[in-house]
Amino acid sequence: MHIPDGFLSTLVAIIFWVSSIVGLAYALRRTGKDLGERQVPLMGVLAAAIFAGQMLNFSVTGGTSGHLLGAALATILVGPWPAVVVMTTVVSVQALVFQDGGLLALGANLFNMAIIGVAVSYFVYASLRRMTRGASWGLFASGFAAAWSSIFIASLAAALQLALSGTTPANLAVPAMGGIHALIGVGEGLITVGALAFLYATRREMVGAAPAAAKGGRGVWALGLGIALLLSVLSPLASAHPDGLEWVAEQEGFLEAARTPLFNLIPDYVLPGVSNEALATILAGILGTLIVFGVVVAVAYLRRSGKPAA
Amino acid sequence: MLSLIFAGAGSPPLESLLRANPRALLGAVVRPGRPLVHIHFLDPYRPLASPVHDLDGRVKFILAVAFILTVSLTPFGAWPVYLLLWSIALSAEILSGLGVGYVLRRAALALPFVLAAIPLAFTTPGTPWLEFPLGPWQLTLTLDGLLRFANVAVKSWLSVQAAIVLASSTEFRDLLLAMRAVRIPRLLVAMFGLMWRYLFVLVDEAVRLMRARSARSGIARRPADAPGRRPGGSLAWRAKVAGGMAGNLFLRAVDRSDRIYVAMLSRGYDGEVRSFATQPVPPGARVTLWIGLALLGLLWLGGILVWG
Amino acid sequence: MHHSIEVKDLTFSYPDGHPALRGVSFSIAAGEKVALVGPNRAGKSTLLLHLNGILRGQGAIAVCGQPLSEATLGAIRSAVGMVFQDPDDQLFSLTVFDDVAFGPVYQGLPEAEVRGRVERALAEVGMSDRATRVSHHLSGGEKKRIAIATVLSMQPEILALDEPTSGLDPRARRGLIRLLGELPMTMLVSTHDLRMVRELLPRTIILDGGLIVADGPTAELLRDPDLLHAHGLELP
Repeated sequence: MHIPDGFLSTLVAIIFWVSSIVGLAYALRRTGKDLGERQVPLMGVLAAAIFAGQMLNFSVTGGTSGHLLGAALATILVGPWPAVVVMTTVVSVQALVFQDGGLLALGANLFNMAIIGVAVSYFVYASLRRMTRGASWGLFASGFAAAWSSIFIASLAAALQLALSGTTPANLAVPAMGGIHALIGVGEGLITVGALAFLYATRREMVGAAPAAAKGGRGVWALGLGIALLLSVLSPLASAHPDGLEWVAEQEGFLEAARTPLFNLIPDYVLPGVSNEALATILAGILGTLIVFGVVVAVAYLRRSGKPAA
Repeated sequence: MLSLIFAGAGSPPLESLLRANPRALLGAVVRPGRPLVHIHFLDPYRPLASPVHDLDGRVKFILAVAFILTVSLTPFGAWPVYLLLWSIALSAEILSGLGVGYVLRRAALALPFVLAAIPLAFTTPGTPWLEFPLGPWQLTLTLDGLLRFANVAVKSWLSVQAAIVLASSTEFRDLLLAMRAVRIPRLLVAMFGLMWRYLFVLVDEAVRLMRARSARSGIARRPADAPGRRPGGSLAWRAKVAGGMAGNLFLRAVDRSDRIYVAMLSRGYDGEVRSFATQPVPPGARVTLWIGLALLGLLWLGGILVWG
Repeated sequence: MHHSIEVKDLTFSYPDGHPALRGVSFSIAAGEKVALVGPNRAGKSTLLLHLNGILRGQGAIAVCGQPLSEATLGAIRSAVGMVFQDPDDQLFSLTVFDDVAFGPVYQGLPEAEVRGRVERALAEVGMSDRATRVSHHLSGGEKKRIAIATVLSMQPEILALDEPTSGLDPRARRGLIRLLGELPMTMLVSTHDLRMVRELLPRTIILDGGLIVADGPTAELLRDPDLLHAHGLELP
């Protein structure tokens, strides 16, 4: 679900960067209020635990293995706002250091995994916990459902982002991403339940109480509900009528194209002195290749001649 | 989330596996008969002496992001621009001493996602190039579709190279300085730092937990020793065990964060994140930054003008 | 007389009701080096955490003549250098330099002064060449030394150390004992390492069940096997 760079159109990438920054800024403010000066060590180390926890894989079958994403677990343990910050830390460092997801696409990845993942987890967990009235099986059922839906809904969001970028048609992206992640979500659910069971047995006060943060949780709850509803309605709709999303993608294409007249100072400019477009393109290609070659050879030469000194 | 790690019969050597996917580490560690590898493999930073390593981290960070942005903004079909962008990436790879091979091997990591763009090759209208049946469907590969697919693949491939050069030639603390320079809130940067510091501590703890698990779970050395039995119990049981360890890690993390908090308080911490003012970017690096940005701007403009 | 540390009738219970300290009183003169021994859960670490106001029990504490209160908290945290048992808790920054500079930065010192103090503190523990290293890559002994440097840079009058020799191999332990012997400040060391106590710390306080059961010259207390045995300690 970590979308690499190149798969999202610039506009989609930027829209989701802005959305994520707004969400994160709000989460940081809320966290500061709730946790005070403890927040830096607590969330920093929890992020490390999620990151390390993601490395605990268990074999599923045939050489594939499952591991944790952790948005649901973080939400259950520390409440929604700190969970947004914790997941942001994890997903950002993964992109920056391990190329797990792109840098330009990070905005969208943060939106899917840190914001949608947490909001949906919270909505599902808080609702089910309330319905099961604090029964211990309710903890595990809610945990499983929260983990599964966080993965599933986040994957739908990723599929729609790809469709919106014109990279994958919605009628393929939605069933493919949704289908795979419906399975992956089961793994996430199981491992989340495992973690909750451990914590329930050893430190009941961490998980036993009803939803960690009823404080200010209503907004997140509504957001989670909204996102879950919107995506579960929008995705099949987009999938059934891919033309609709394609239309949006095209509009966006127009939007990007609409800028070009601004720069179109020399209409039909190709290469000076060459009128045939195809020929010009080929020539430009050859020129480019030569330049690449030249630069690489020059750099290699410089490097070799610089080596004895260094 | 679940990542699919294909570690079948002919699994690659552990080291390359780790380099390709650091998350494979713990899975690898518990497989009997394999050596335990120290966790430093996690850090992709490769300490080398090179002009790219020496370049101010902030400049490198901004240039890498600008490069990725330029790649993203390059219009469809601007192949010469892609080529020139690749030449920039190649130059950085060679100059950094990391080597083209190293970067390209790591870049292969992002390849599986290319699957997501394959439908483009079949759904874009255009001149049919190849038609073949797949089950009940008749698939038509069009030249335009193939080019669109290549466009996405190339964008992705170029971008990931820039990210790899950045991560492999810049120490994490310099990345943090770069983040501060681009006005990412100090609080968040401080959390990134703490996370990185304790990632290694917690991973060491996780490795110990995994080792304890593998020491206790009587996994048959060879599947033939216990035919028809899945090693280590049912899927749910295995997930539960892994989950238990995740819970264990969480618990340790919370307890540790308490102790760290106390240690911070003891040295005067008051909830505000403080650090020295950062040094100004040295003039040489500044020049590199502007030249780099100008070059990328030129490529972008060229792309827009000719192919936009 | 001006004492480095004065504790009077200190009582503390954890939120779960478990009483950790039950009326502890003692005073330590400037420059004195004192061992704090006793079985696990005797209240040793709890007591140390009171000395710089991390935990607040009932009773009176004065450090360097200043009674501990909200107003003096900052000054007292600067005066008491607290070295925790697990250096991984104390070294929370990415590099050694950042960790050693943390205290002085929060003391509000100017950058040049901070750099000078970091340099001196690292020199004192013999780790001058490690400033740019990443904490994770250090050995256990190096971590312990640098953990001490992180408080030396604050120029404390008192060092409070929790289990300084635990988890060290014999050579690192020997080096650390030598280092502690060279440091001039008042010292309160909570430990199970009675061989170190005999060598390094002339006075010993035995704490058990939240009470001081003995307080006197180390040589005397260590000659009393019955006393040691009664409180879960073994003759070195």
